[in-house]
Formats: sequence, structure tokens, C-alpha cells
Amino acid sequence: MTASQENTKRINLNVDVHHLTRVEGHGNIKVRVTNGELTEARWDIVETPRFFEVMLRGKHYTTAGILTARICGICSIGHCLASVRATENAFGVTVPQAGAKLRLLAKHGETLQSHVLHLFFLAAPDFLGLPSAIPLREVNPDVFGLAARLKGLANRICDAVAGRTTHPVSIQVGGMAQMPDRHVLLDLKSQLERSVDDLGATIELFCTLDIPDFVRETEFVSLKGERDYPFIGGRLLSSDGVEEVETNYRPMTNEYVTESNTSKWCKLSRESFAVGALARVNNNYHRLHPKARAAAVQFDLAPVCHNPFMNNVAQLVECVHVVYESIDIIDELLDMAGAEIMARVKPRAGQGVSAVEVPRGILYHEYEYDDEGRIVRANCVIPTTQNNANIHHDIRALVKQFAVDGMTDERLELLCSMLVRAYDPCISCSVH
Amino acid sequence: MKHLNIEQKCPKIGVFDFTGCEGCQLQLANKEETLGAFLAAIEVVNFREVSSANSDDYDVALIDGAITRADEVERLKAIRKQAKILVAMGTCACFGGVNRLKNAYDLDEANREVYGDHPKETMPTMSVGEVVAVDLEVPGCPVNEDEIERIVQHLVWDLPIPRYAYPVCLQCKQRYTVCRFDVGELCLGPITRAGCGAPCPAGGLGCWGCRGPAEAPNYEEFFALAKERGFSDQEISDRLSFFGGFEEVL
Repeated sequence: MTASQENTKRINLNVDVHHLTRVEGHGNIKVRVTNGELTEARWDIVETPRFFEVMLRGKHYTTAGILTARICGICSIGHCLASVRATENAFGVTVPQAGAKLRLLAKHGETLQSHVLHLFFLAAPDFLGLPSAIPLREVNPDVFGLAARLKGLANRICDAVAGRTTHPVSIQVGGMAQMPDRHVLLDLKSQLERSVDDLGATIELFCTLDIPDFVRETEFVSLKGERDYPFIGGRLLSSDGVEEVETNYRPMTNEYVTESNTSKWCKLSRESFAVGALARVNNNYHRLHPKARAAAVQFDLAPVCHNPFMNNVAQLVECVHVVYESIDIIDELLDMAGAEIMARVKPRAGQGVSAVEVPRGILYHEYEYDDEGRIVRANCVIPTTQNNANIHHDIRALVKQFAVDGMTDERLELLCSMLVRAYDPCISCSVH
Repeated sequence: MKHLNIEQKCPKIGVFDFTGCEGCQLQLANKEETLGAFLAAIEVVNFREVSSANSDDYDVALIDGAITRADEVERLKAIRKQAKILVAMGTCACFGGVNRLKNAYDLDEANREVYGDHPKETMPTMSVGEVVAVDLEVPGCPVNEDEIERIVQHLVWDLPIPRYAYPVCLQCKQRYTVCRFDVGELCLGPITRAGCGAPCPAGGLGCWGCRGPAEAPNYEEFFALAKERGFSDQEISDRLSFFGGFEEVL
């Protein structure tokens, strides 16, 4: 036996994380390396099931968006949008152009809110050696102020456009219930313009963070941008070359139930695939706003990037994208004063599917309606549900790479936790 | 620490999540302009969603979510033992919230529909108050950021908590919102407890009653009004049962 083989034999590691912190919802990590052999590496979702698809049965179409917003406290606008679009597609309703633009602005507000929350409050503390972002208030008030300002701006956009940040009220079947006043739009625009400096400071900060060097090749699934970087509806695309129309989401997700998880798992061309900011950037890099692409270049982020930790960077790149695009949308809305924002809705029997890119990846809602506009059958496929198998297999590969002489339980626990957090999982959502 | 010569308490706060969307605990961080001062007034010792610190030494427990599995009952009872003050935060904690809708369905069948041959453990949804004693109830889906801040002010400076006896209707009038009934929509504003600031009617959506009944609501008049405006019994009961706060009239 060589010396290095003998060293390997001495490696014994044990990670047991019950209810991982700084993620939305309840998940556990378990890793065991015995005498250099990886004997266990798991990611398990233990969140309580809520049965939204069952609760949707029999509900009136006006209720679906309000109910499904409650699937998630962070991406409720995304759920509400996916829901009302699925209903509109079932009824053959076309949302007026100004209504569609307003929806995208609300969506951008949510993307910024969710990404900033994740980057500063959930992910950054690991890189800065802190238990949370709360001590930043004292140790680095500038960074704390930066995070609070950007998050505040994002929430004010959502409040103004969707009526409320968490659980929106103005996004309804047919379009939007209200158009913000001109002075409100102008104020948001000037706040967005001023936030560009804060974004620059955020990029500078994240450039100093040490992103772990880890690669596991996987498949990335997202909407396909035809002209613009995609957020609401369109064709479905995988980096392995699978392409489908929106209504064909089932062969794109292939949900299945596992014994030990209350969330389902998904697969496509391989044992797992990934969705989210990194998947979107990988599949639609050339549709990003030029300023966002410039930010990507600063981090050497180019397609196809297979380091899951770079999802943090991809989120930051998307923050830049949505801020610049929101400014453009507001300019367009200012030119559309008085335009229709709500279409007439007449329920009819039928099925409708909607795919929306929410902060954590592509989200699908599908409803079947009776002729009175009540739901017969519903199905929701959540981004984190699609990511769970990929996270599980990533942990295995990560442990194999990092279970070397000198590794400690604590360091490995941190690396595994950081890996899961990089996906920004929304576990309650995945167990809707 | 003294401020204006007044001795402040700095209560140790734990935030605990059960079944729900975790949106209420997120509201704690959603009032960005006062977030710094808010965090300075309290000591957050346990808040899984945003911190890896997890001390079991807390005075106040904020409970987010409803109770839907046996292990949640045990966890909640343990928290009750430790906490001096236990706050049911949000509609799920106060009434069960939308999670309560599942109680109308056969749970074995629900399990089969969602999980096929691998059913998962579950039970009928309960509010926090159905499991342990609750000291303070703050309903709302989600809770209102200002109200949560005032709860903290109450804990730190003993300031009284405003108690809203009147219904949401009044807060609509205060902000000159057009009545949803007048645009042909059903609205629970006349019977629902105020305190939210009435954001839904202002955003173009009738009230769905997430804060539960106001003090002594006039149900008789409300039903008469809703029927006069052409809403069916099913529409009215669908609305009343949505957040679980109006079981007293269902």
C-alpha cells in the first residue's frame, strides 16, 4: 500500500445537518465518509406537504391566482403570474400590451427582491464568516445599507405595480387591475437610475468573495429567449438540446416520487438537471442586457458554466439586467398612458399551461377548467422540485472532490451547506 | 441601555416556521428603512430562515405557519415551554390560513393524488392556538410590517398595541378607495378586522378576510348586502372559508 492510499484510508468524515439554515423551508444534509470511502451523501426534503393541487380542485378561476400566490412567500408574484396565465391560456384570453408590460415590471421587482435577499442575507454570510447578515449592521454598515436600499427599491416596485410585495393583489386573470400613476412611475425610474451605483458596489463586493472551485457537468433547463432575455412564457430549452413548446412541459420535467422526500424529483436527459439564474444565463447569455453581460465578464461567467456556486453570480448578473430593463419598461409605460390593461374574460371548459421564469428557475402551472370556470384538475411544477435531484448528486460529487486529507467535518459541512444555498432553494414551494 | 433616560428591554427573540410559505417572517426584514433600528432594539437568537445562530434561550417566540404534522405539534410544545411570550404571527398561525382548505378533502385521497404509492405523513390543519396557549395573535396574509414593528415596540418599551375593533371598510374610507361593491365585486371589508391598511381594495381586489372577524361584526347586514348585490351563497361561503378565520359563521 502506498503512502497516499494509507492517508486516504484515514479519512473519516461525518456531516449531519438537520433543518439547514438560511434557506427557505426544511431540508437535511447527510454525508458519511468511512476509511476514505463515500458511504452516504444525501439531500432530503422533510417539509410538511400542503396539497395545493388538491385544494385547487373545485375553485373558481378568480381564486386560483390568490391561492397559489400563497405557495411561496418570496416568489408569490411569480406564482400568481404563472397561475393567471395558465387560466388565460385555458380561456383563450390575450392580455393587452400595457398590462403585459406592467406584469413584466412586477416580475422584475420580484426577481431583484429575491436575488438581493439571497445574495446578501442568505449566501454572503458564509463567504464573510458570519452566522447571518444581522451583524453586518455593526461590522460593515455600508454593505448592510447597500443591501437594505436595493431590497427596499425592489419591494417598492412590487408594491406600486402589484399592490403588495408578498401576495400581490393587482395581478388578475385578464391583465392588471391598476396602472400606477405617472408620478409613481417617474419616481421608481429615478430610484432605479440611482441604484446603478449600488449595483456597481455590489459587483465590487462579490468580486472579492472566494467562489469554491467545483464543477459537475449537468443539463440546464430554462425558457428560450427568442428576442429578449426570457421571463414570461415561450419555448422550453435544455442545454442538452431538448426543445419543447410551453404546453409540453411534462416531458421536460418527468416528476417522480421518492421514498424519503416530501418533494418530488425530476429528470430529463440525465439523472438530474438544474434550473435557475445559472440555467437562464447559460441558455440565454446573448439575450442579456449589455450591462449585465459586462457584469458577467467581470466574473468570467460565460456559457456553459457547470459550477453551481456560480448561480450566486448569475443572480447578480440578472439583478443588473432587471434594473436596466425596468427603466426601459417604465419609459414605454409612460408613453402608453390610458392604454387598456385588462381584457374581458369569459370562462370556458379547457386546459391551460403557463411557464414563468421565477427567481429560482422555471415554474409551470397547468389547470383544467369546467365550463363554469371551476378547476377540475391542477398541476404545479416548482423550480426547487426540479433542482432537488441535481443538488443531491452535486453533494455526492462535492464530497468526492473535497474529502481529502486535512478536510474537517466543520469545513465539509460548510461547503455542503454553501452548495445547497447556492441553489437558493425554496423548499416550501417544492412541497406545495 | 438607556434611551431618553428610559430603560429599554432588549428581548431575545426566536422566529420559528411551521407549515406555510414563510412570507410572514420575511416581512420582519421588509421594512428596509427602519430595519437597522428594528434589529438594534431586539436580539435575534434563533431565526432559521436568515441565520445559522440557533440558541434555545429566548423570551419571545414568533410562530409562522400552521400545524399539519405530528412532529410539528411536539416542536411547538417545546417552544411554548421555553417562551415567556408566544406570538401567533400571520393568518396560518392564527387560523390555519389557506392550509385549512385541505381539511375539506379526504386526506388519504389527497395523498394518493399527489404522491401516488408513496403517501406522506400529514393530518388536518390546526392553528397554533389549537395546540398551545397563545399570548398574542397578529393575523394577516402576510402580516403587516408596521404591525409587527409595533409588537416589537410593545415588547421593548411596553407601548400599547393598537387593537383594531373596527373593520377594513373604515381603512378603505381613510385612503379614499373606491368601494369594491360599487365596482361589482364581493368584499369582506365590512366584517374583517382592520389593521392591514386595506391594501387589497386599493390594489383592485375585494377583501378576502385574511385578518378574521372584526369585533362584533354585523353578519346579518353583510349577508343581506352581499345577496342584494347578486352574490350566491357559494360565492360568499367560498370567500369566508378561504383563510379559515370565519369558521364562526360557516
